[in-house]
Amino acid sequence: MSFSIKKQGEIVVVDVEGQLIVGNRQELKQKVLDELEKGEKRFLIDFSQTGYIDSSGLGVLVSLSKKIREQGGELRLANLNDDLKTLFELTKLDTLFQIADTRERALESF
Amino acid sequence: MTDGFDREDGSLPLDTVRLAIELEIPSDIRYIERVVELVTGQCEQLCYTARHCALNVPVALTEALANAILRGNGENRLKFVRVSARLDFTRLVMEVADEGDGFDMDDCTVDPTTGDNVLREDGRGLFLMRRLMDSVERFNDHGNVVRLTLLRG
Repeated sequence: MSFSIKKQGEIVVVDVEGQLIVGNRQELKQKVLDELEKGEKRFLIDFSQTGYIDSSGLGVLVSLSKKIREQGGELRLANLNDDLKTLFELTKLDTLFQIADTRERALESF
Repeated sequence: MTDGFDREDGSLPLDTVRLAIELEIPSDIRYIERVVELVTGQCEQLCYTARHCALNVPVALTEALANAILRGNGENRLKFVRVSARLDFTRLVMEVADEGDGFDMDDCTVDPTTGDNVLREDGRGLFLMRRLMDSVERFNDHGNVVRLTLLRG
């Protein structure tokens, strides 16, 4: 499980590879917060290579969403598979996040 | 002709197979992913659905293990978490036991999907276990035990 971060234009794109769970959520949080501190405002988290997410992982996404918004930024999510979509629907987090089917659509939505 | 055990094509009939895993891990969250892999691997062996193997089992078991390690044992590496998973063609029963004092699940009734609770960063663990399993029970048997049951369907 790991996270890779790269810039695409003015957007910081984070790929979540493997699981986003209690054991690694802090790493994701810190990486995104570091970028936010550098002045980045637009963030896309891509889940195309993600296995499963637990409640801690969901909590980190909620936390990041708040912190990014507080700084006047935006967070988008992309490429949730059917199982992850179900997870977001069960927790109603699909109502909190802007979720795009593809990375391209997410990038265009900023 | 079959003798009631072997199938004509030589494959083993899944409905006669029972699998079981028992292990003890230190109170360290880095063990969670490996334990989940072991249990979901057994579910795949018995042809549980892709959704069971990719969502229901890994998420619910991760929640139970995280609770046991972080809350039950307070991440004290001298304390252990016992995990068992028994499964057959009809159901998966997982038990996660820690050395803590336990908690009353009925006290944890906050619905994270209503009102401002959606904005909370915590409070979804037990909710997810209940939604992803067919039953979630807690009992004490030389420690605090949570039993998660999933019907294969």
